[in-house]
Amino acid sequence: MIQGLMTVTYIGAIILFILSLGGLSNPETSRRGNLFGIIGMVIAVVATLVGPRVEGGDSYLYILVAMATGGTVGILSARQVKMTQMPELVALMHSLVGLAACLVGMADFINPSAHYAADEKSIHLIETVVGILIGAVTFSGSLVAFGKLSGKIGGKPLLLPARHLLNLGLLLVVLFAGRAYVDAIDIPSGFWPLVIVTVASLLFGIHMVMAIGGADMPVVVSMLNSYSGWAASATGFMLSNDLLIVVGALVGSSGAILSYIMCRAMNRHFLAVIAGGFGTGGGATPAATGGGPQGEVQAITAAETAELLNQASSIIIVPGYGMAVAQAQHTVCEITTRLRDRGASVRFGIHPVAGRMPGHMNVLLAEAKVPYDIVMEMDELNQDFPETDVAIVIGANDIVNPSAQEDPNSPIAGMPVLEVWKAKTSIVMKRSMAPGYAGVDNPLFFKENNRMLFGDAKKMLDEVLSGLRK
Amino acid sequence: MELVPGLGHLTVRRGGPPDQGCDNGFEEVVREMMKIGVPREVYTGENRVAASPDSVRQLRKLGFGVVVESGAGHESQFPDAHFQEAGAEIVADAASVWGQADIILKVRAPMVHPVLGHDEADLLREGCTLISFIWPAQNKELMDRLARRKVNVLAMDSVPRMSRAQKLDALSSMGNIAGYRAVVEAAHAFGRFFMGQVTAAGKVPPAKVFVIGAGVAGLAAIGAASGLGAIVRATDTRPEVKDQVKSMGAEFVSPQYEEEGTGVGGYAKVMSEAYQKAQMEMNARQAAEVDIIITTALIPGRPAPKLITRAMVESMKPGSVIVDLAAEQGGNCECTVPHQKVVHNGVTIIGYSDLPSRLARQSSQLYSTNLLRLLEELCKTKDGVITIDMEDEVIRGTTVIKEGTITWPPPPPRLSAAPPKPVAKAAAPGETKGGHGHGAGAPSSAKSVFLTGLFVAVLFILLGIGAPPSFLGHFTVFVLACFVGYMVIWNVTPALHTPLMSVTNAISSIIVIGALIQISAPGKMLTVLAAFAIALTAVNMFGGFWVTQRMLRMFQK
Repeated sequence: MIQGLMTVTYIGAIILFILSLGGLSNPETSRRGNLFGIIGMVIAVVATLVGPRVEGGDSYLYILVAMATGGTVGILSARQVKMTQMPELVALMHSLVGLAACLVGMADFINPSAHYAADEKSIHLIETVVGILIGAVTFSGSLVAFGKLSGKIGGKPLLLPARHLLNLGLLLVVLFAGRAYVDAIDIPSGFWPLVIVTVASLLFGIHMVMAIGGADMPVVVSMLNSYSGWAASATGFMLSNDLLIVVGALVGSSGAILSYIMCRAMNRHFLAVIAGGFGTGGGATPAATGGGPQGEVQAITAAETAELLNQASSIIIVPGYGMAVAQAQHTVCEITTRLRDRGASVRFGIHPVAGRMPGHMNVLLAEAKVPYDIVMEMDELNQDFPETDVAIVIGANDIVNPSAQEDPNSPIAGMPVLEVWKAKTSIVMKRSMAPGYAGVDNPLFFKENNRMLFGDAKKMLDEVLSGLRK
Repeated sequence: MELVPGLGHLTVRRGGPPDQGCDNGFEEVVREMMKIGVPREVYTGENRVAASPDSVRQLRKLGFGVVVESGAGHESQFPDAHFQEAGAEIVADAASVWGQADIILKVRAPMVHPVLGHDEADLLREGCTLISFIWPAQNKELMDRLARRKVNVLAMDSVPRMSRAQKLDALSSMGNIAGYRAVVEAAHAFGRFFMGQVTAAGKVPPAKVFVIGAGVAGLAAIGAASGLGAIVRATDTRPEVKDQVKSMGAEFVSPQYEEEGTGVGGYAKVMSEAYQKAQMEMNARQAAEVDIIITTALIPGRPAPKLITRAMVESMKPGSVIVDLAAEQGGNCECTVPHQKVVHNGVTIIGYSDLPSRLARQSSQLYSTNLLRLLEELCKTKDGVITIDMEDEVIRGTTVIKEGTITWPPPPPRLSAAPPKPVAKAAAPGETKGGHGHGAGAPSSAKSVFLTGLFVAVLFILLGIGAPPSFLGHFTVFVLACFVGYMVIWNVTPALHTPLMSVTNAISSIIVIGALIQISAPGKMLTVLAAFAIALTAVNMFGGFWVTQRMLRMFQK
């Protein structure tokens, strides 16, 4: 009877998790969705705790202590994290899931109480290896991603010579060691193969993310999100637990779809991103595009920008990672409020890969209390640029690069971009003329209707705001 | 860095040695501050002045000395005292302005000075710089006279039409005023309201205004007329101005004929005969219907095209008004008398050529700002000395005489104000992306779909043969869950992708269950591993949900 009860509570938890993800289809229902997720989690944990597999006062004590410690750490970091650091936090959390999956796999390996029939045993062992493999890759990969996102590791892709061969070698090692582990007759003889599998997987994770450039970080973060789900799923197979399998599959497919959306937004193939580097589909470095764009860049001052904005009746703001770095979202919001009070139409155009993780810009703008109904996706407003008086690009580069459309030889050719150059005037806020992450020159800067506002985004926007106040 | 007024005298050089014009003198180690002179305009009825107290203040900040002839700003309501306050020196007569200034700012081109009896051009000292309207194409003789004086001349009518030069484009600022004033003059001569009204004393129909030529003046006229409540229609040979016309609140009408009318530099060009015929038919139709016509059609370097014939004027209702902004170039209307207001067959035809001057204070203010911007370009060092850089496209175009050599006309401008038509639509996204089946949403080829299907089928058959039933049960759940996830996630709005990631992160801490069911298993090592895993997932669980909630709370309308 208890087993039956457990199963139905698990089903209840699964339903709640699905509703939780479904709630995110709209900002209005999203908070309720999150609540569903919390309830589902509580039900699942409580059902497991009162279930037959957890017994003895000591166990509850350990669980309590572990939960309390981990929970405190989690809540503290969740409260303190700045919205600009969300990608780092998410990456770090992915690594924890990966590590946990590894540990659970290890624990299962040394658990003497498990008994399986012969054919079930081998498939169980394979499941264990797969679980540890994915967990370890997620763990080390996420740590490297965290390092890259937080600037502790340089954003440039690390391209080792013969890196594809290296990956292949690591894969072979994992296969052989995994085979040895499955064939092992008892626990001690299976130990070393398992260690080798783990180490090789860790190396594989590190190497994979190291080879991916900064511009591809949104793909990496969502890909690791996916992996953490598959790790949970694999653990579920290993433990014959449907709840874990389902939740893992949900998370895994969520991450996979996000990666796909990100790849499409950059017109890059998923495998090309994973293979590392930018524009290195055939292993060649990006070809110089006809000597780069020519022309004269026209600078503009913050005061003149304010004047332009004051005269404009329709404005589109295109934020990029630079806005996050400069922490300029609050100033942007104030400018927006001021312009909207004056009756101007102000909207935000968000490119899917703006920032360092999917939806990053939306969160920052939401933090600054920009109403979400004026924050648009690229496809929603891209056709409106010709009727727009002023388009302001804040700390973005590749996502507004016209060569994606105009120059078929460009490394970013075919990538969908926000067509800011079609606005009557476009203003690009930038610290310098340096190219973006993709390392591609931007002909937008040289367009006749484009103005450059050089300087730190926050400082410049503050000046623009004071100009508007006059 | 406000300089003490008058201090400038001490350092200013009064005319260089004969062999060394102002311009060459710059190479000296000490770059001496130059003096700007603003004489009173002598043309009869000219009310404008080339400086305002505001512009003088800015010019002083650039390091220039400024002398203004007494009464120069009188008609523009800029009293001498205000100029003085701004840091200018007021001198009583024109001769001393021309005599001591290194740079002369003027509105009208030099002409015979009625008091002094000389031509103003002859008052210029050698090596100095004159900045004013010149109209070099129409004033050959003046150009030769100026060239003989070995001076530099910058013509405000020759500023190239480029975005960068907009701030010093005096033709635009004057055109803007002329367009506005044209409507004011028309309203003055027109015997009715512009706006339609229903009053107790009866219904008043709205005035219908037809604007020919939607350049700066035309657009300003459209704006002013629609601001007064009239029904405004406008036409132009350049199709790209259609949107601008609409944005100013007018209806765009065009002849039923296809021809592009954009010439070099964004100005209009001469159209084909067939087009002109269609255009005249349209004008005739409009003339019979509207109350007010404002014509602004000009083609650079040519007499104004005759667009309103005598017959059209006669077809207009009595009391109608025509304002011909092209009067000085011969007029767009056959009945126009330049500089005058005449009545032909009950229709008032206004041919004033001094509309900007009739709004003198505004004109002077804008014109002086244009001049200030030019001087800023000429004096990038802000030390009160100008450098005429012929490499700079804007300066090159504006300069018509350099050190006595006529440099007009400039080489043709490289850029047109209208964006060139894209030769071909840019390569459609996706065309260039090689063999990526899923890269940009292009449908996969049938072959790859078949191969994938085959692969999956083989995999499933192998699983069915080899795997134990317990595994297959879980596998069913797994596959179904993947599809549920796929359906659910596509519905998530992109704005919430970050919360999606953090909530899936929190949910994936469900792996805690794996650790929970192992903690009670025998073995110290196992307990430690499980406890550690629980702690890790707890971080995720609490942190993930918390941060998601924190983020979601921010999203608000």
